[in-house]
Amino acid sequence: MSYTPEMKELIKKVEATRPARVERVKQGKQFPKLSLAEAHERLETYHPDYKEVGRRTFGIGPNKGDNHTYPDEVVDLFEARSRIDPDRVDLSSPDYETDILIIGGGGAGTTASLFAQENGLKIMIATKLRHGDANTIMAEGGIQSADSRIDSPYYHYLDVMGGGHFTNKPELVKAMTMDAPLIIQWLESLGMNFDKTPDGEMRLLGGGGTCRKRMHSAGDVTGAEIMRTIRDEARNRKDDITVLEYQPAVEIILDEDGKAAGAVLYNMETEEYAIVKAKAVIITTGGCGRLHIQGFATTNHYGATMDGIVMAYRAGVSHCFLYATQYHPTGAAFPEQNVGLLITEKMRTAGAQPVNIDGEEFTFPLEPRDVESSNIIRECMDVGKGVLTPVGRIGVWLDTPMIDMLRGEGTAERDFPAKFIQFKRYGIDLSKEPLLIYPTLHYQNGGVTASDWGETSVPGLFVAGEVLGGSHGENRLMGNSLLDINVFGRRAGIRAAEYVNQGVTLKKLTLDHVRAFHKELEAAGIETDRISPMLLPDYSNPEVRAKQLSARYFGTLR
Amino acid sequence: MTTTVAKNAMRKGDKTVIVEGTKMVPIFIMGKRYFVPETLTIQKAMEYAGYQFVRSCGCRGGICGACATVYRLEGDYKLYSGLACQTVVQPNMYLAQIPFYPANKVAYNIEDLPYDVTAIQTVYPETFRCVQCNTCTKVCPMDLEVMDYMAAAIRGDIQAVAEMSQSCIMCGLCASRCPAETNQYNLAELCRRLYGRYGQKKSEQVARRVEEIKSGKYDAMIAELNALSIDEFKNRYEEREWEPVISEGWQPKETKYL
Repeated sequence: MSYTPEMKELIKKVEATRPARVERVKQGKQFPKLSLAEAHERLETYHPDYKEVGRRTFGIGPNKGDNHTYPDEVVDLFEARSRIDPDRVDLSSPDYETDILIIGGGGAGTTASLFAQENGLKIMIATKLRHGDANTIMAEGGIQSADSRIDSPYYHYLDVMGGGHFTNKPELVKAMTMDAPLIIQWLESLGMNFDKTPDGEMRLLGGGGTCRKRMHSAGDVTGAEIMRTIRDEARNRKDDITVLEYQPAVEIILDEDGKAAGAVLYNMETEEYAIVKAKAVIITTGGCGRLHIQGFATTNHYGATMDGIVMAYRAGVSHCFLYATQYHPTGAAFPEQNVGLLITEKMRTAGAQPVNIDGEEFTFPLEPRDVESSNIIRECMDVGKGVLTPVGRIGVWLDTPMIDMLRGEGTAERDFPAKFIQFKRYGIDLSKEPLLIYPTLHYQNGGVTASDWGETSVPGLFVAGEVLGGSHGENRLMGNSLLDINVFGRRAGIRAAEYVNQGVTLKKLTLDHVRAFHKELEAAGIETDRISPMLLPDYSNPEVRAKQLSARYFGTLR
Repeated sequence: MTTTVAKNAMRKGDKTVIVEGTKMVPIFIMGKRYFVPETLTIQKAMEYAGYQFVRSCGCRGGICGACATVYRLEGDYKLYSGLACQTVVQPNMYLAQIPFYPANKVAYNIEDLPYDVTAIQTVYPETFRCVQCNTCTKVCPMDLEVMDYMAAAIRGDIQAVAEMSQSCIMCGLCASRCPAETNQYNLAELCRRLYGRYGQKKSEQVARRVEEIKSGKYDAMIAELNALSIDEFKNRYEEREWEPVISEGWQPKETKYL
């Protein structure tokens, strides 16, 4: 489905203003950045987080009464019962035993497995879909690290804090910015293919909210390249790293002293539950885009349903910053088949500008993501200069043909090969026609409360990656999530290995915390048939569901 | 355009909007007929038909390789393939998904391998069984020149394999169709790692910065930031100098924090 004749007509307006805009960029002129005060006002008026509709406080658990409101889609998961009845689970004869159990086989979990394995331990990764099915593989633009001569961790630190509205946890930001070059060097040593000059130096690009160019990339498949590399390495160490696919965890198991002692796994295909006994547990389950908060489309992976935070919460661990959700400024709004798909921020760092229906600039292209998204929502909702699609979606143009005009013919196709083909399939050549974009649900921002080594309040329970909250405060910058999965994956892997190697004696295993959580639900008067973790969203046709009339799911056929 | 239309436009989540009057077309999912809106991708058409995926569904955005699908069209002998999340349905298509392909992945130690053709001979000797039939190229949903990179591998041109396979999503369609039973995508992964490890030069600047950080050069600077009041911190943030888009030769005025 290429652009309709009406849309092609509108594109002429973008073409009309393009030469002058390109000329201005060459002279270093762009639409001005908002000041902090202006940006704050923009957020308060237009950012979905700042709306009180569809939000409520936490009524139970460690975050009860913490003065924040959270999206209903989030609170619903916590005000829900376990998938299992603790009374029916036999913890006395575990199906598996291992040194460290890692829940979630994405970027953070895989990095953690490699560093933990290097400390002489046996690792088990339990993951919901395939090993590597995660938001990591979908991250396109790059990974930040302040290693150029005109950059330093000092500026990286400032950028991260400013992007997060100065709410970030300083020790986590320090860990992330100071470990970054070490991580790049580690990925190099594993054989990751970075975009480099012939002498081995990195081709760096800027990103939203970053004052220096510090984005390291591999075309527009940076996350996929990281995931492919570290997954291949984990598979090379298969004698020590066992991966259980299609077998997510549904509850953390504690021992009688309150230490992490394993998890209950659910085989998605045979529907049986299994017990893993482990001396330490690392949760790396990622984010929550598939909750479709406030009805937004998402860039996230099919399995991004916030499972880890729910499990940790039942085990008594609080979360932080979950009230802030990231909407990526440039999700695809057309064609319908691509809606929600990530259009990497790297397009804007390469020179593509967001412009309105009249081909006018209305925002600095590289504001921090929340501000950029707010500017786009404002342009569509209040200024009224959005473009409507045939099915009634709305968006603004991302003027991608500027990339070749600024950087030479063929640059867009060479630097964005995956995105190029995704639109070519629908007859849209992004080097010649602009893309229609609208903000889309992208990142969790908040997560489980933990230290700069991923330690939670439960001994032996660690977290890393998107599931860990605090490093990005209320808003993450581009390129810092591929960084944080590796930084905190490494740290959690190392610290969990130290914890195990100093000697862990597990007492009797228990799910009493799940029983207690159920009691707390009842005491709070929350009567519900919801169960969590969600595991997967349901996109099946409701009309078909309505006809699934099996009266009882017993007998020979499920 | 009114704001009301716009606000409704926001609240559609991941659901594909089906315009009233959209034509319904028959498709055959593993041989069984369902009628689905003609604008849907195979993935969303299967969900429309009532399926809820566990396997064969991943990123839903064309990059993870979980939803490789093969299909035929009625009256056409040819076998077609694509990613279910990226391919729009056609009337009378007969489709089946390939949720898993038992490909050969060999465990190796990258530190022990040489940077030449013997690495390929050691890890994936079956590569040399390639008969250059080009079926892999024809089947690749990412339009990679798979046969050409297999030829490069046989020549020992590891860099060419790495560069030509950069967009590989490891869906397994190439291996599934290979008459020589080679495993193109795991071979490509091996070559990319060899190229990154031995072919590309290491960044000296990254190594230098790692040493500078280890030596404690930046500890005091971060401590200085942490000691600032929130207003002082915000001033530092607002006063940052901004490296321009085209920045050849650009130097910041402030150098003491570099």
